[in-house]
Amino acid sequence: MGGIAISHYLILSSIILTLGVFGIFLNRKNVIIILMSIELILLSVNINLVAFSAYLGDLVGQVFALFILTVAAGEAAIGLAILVVYFRNRGSIAVEDIKMMRG
Amino acid sequence: MIIQTLAFYLFSSVTVFAAVMVISSKNPVHSVLFLILAFFNSAGLFVLLGAEFLAMILVVVYVGAVAVLFMFVVMMLDINIAELKHGFLQYLPLGGVVGLILLLELILSLGGFIISSQSQSSIAAPRPNINEVTNTEAIGNLIYTNYIYFFQAAGLILLVAMIGAIVLTHRSRENVRKQNISDQINRRPQDTIEIKKVTTGSGV
Repeated sequence: MGGIAISHYLILSSIILTLGVFGIFLNRKNVIIILMSIELILLSVNINLVAFSAYLGDLVGQVFALFILTVAAGEAAIGLAILVVYFRNRGSIAVEDIKMMRG
Repeated sequence: MIIQTLAFYLFSSVTVFAAVMVISSKNPVHSVLFLILAFFNSAGLFVLLGAEFLAMILVVVYVGAVAVLFMFVVMMLDINIAELKHGFLQYLPLGGVVGLILLLELILSLGGFIISSQSQSSIAAPRPNINEVTNTEAIGNLIYTNYIYFFQAAGLILLVAMIGAIVLTHRSRENVRKQNISDQINRRPQDTIEIKKVTTGSGV
């Protein structure tokens, strides 16, 4: 850990989380980039958990980061499967087209 | 000390740069490659924090599975790249304002964070001495004992995700000849073979 305070890691993870949220706003035409933004958000959560785990000397943070990794992998698989089915039906992956599902 | 500080700034700046490129690059393939770069540098940060097991798992799971899955889908879908960036500037002001406010709030609330000295009393699983028990062994001791139900639930989540992905993307296509084993076994000689009497010299 050296001379780096925990707030450095917290600010780094805040920046990555903000970039993830920003990416969701920016890429309205491309669901793949939105899924990648969600991965970035989950990565920032993991950095937070591991940083707290290291600085507190508590291993539970790393265990929960492991579980979040599992959930992120499952989420990516399901999200991409939905995307493939959607592309097969509509021929596009723009988020704005999904509003046609409204009743 | 100085090497660790330098490594932190190297890894974190490359991670932030890669994250910016993920959301702003024109080609989805480049986005996936920058996502891989971000994951590698986060793994470096995890090593810096003393979480070697998670760092390696991050590389294996994210780079080896998730990023490859993304790459696979990007390559499989036939997307018009020029059309994707349409409307990029339209959402830039709103997204920028929301992102900036979020970032300022997070930095203002977390920037001065220090760990209280009283927090030592509420530690659930103290980290053992790294010279006696390795990080991997310590995590294993924890997830196979105190957190076994969570571990099983994680396995169930992966199972459900696998079944869900298969059910969603599987389609039974018409006009495809497949092997039907029960039909093959149920075939009897009486049903399919006919014995004809052929008179000699007349041909068939």
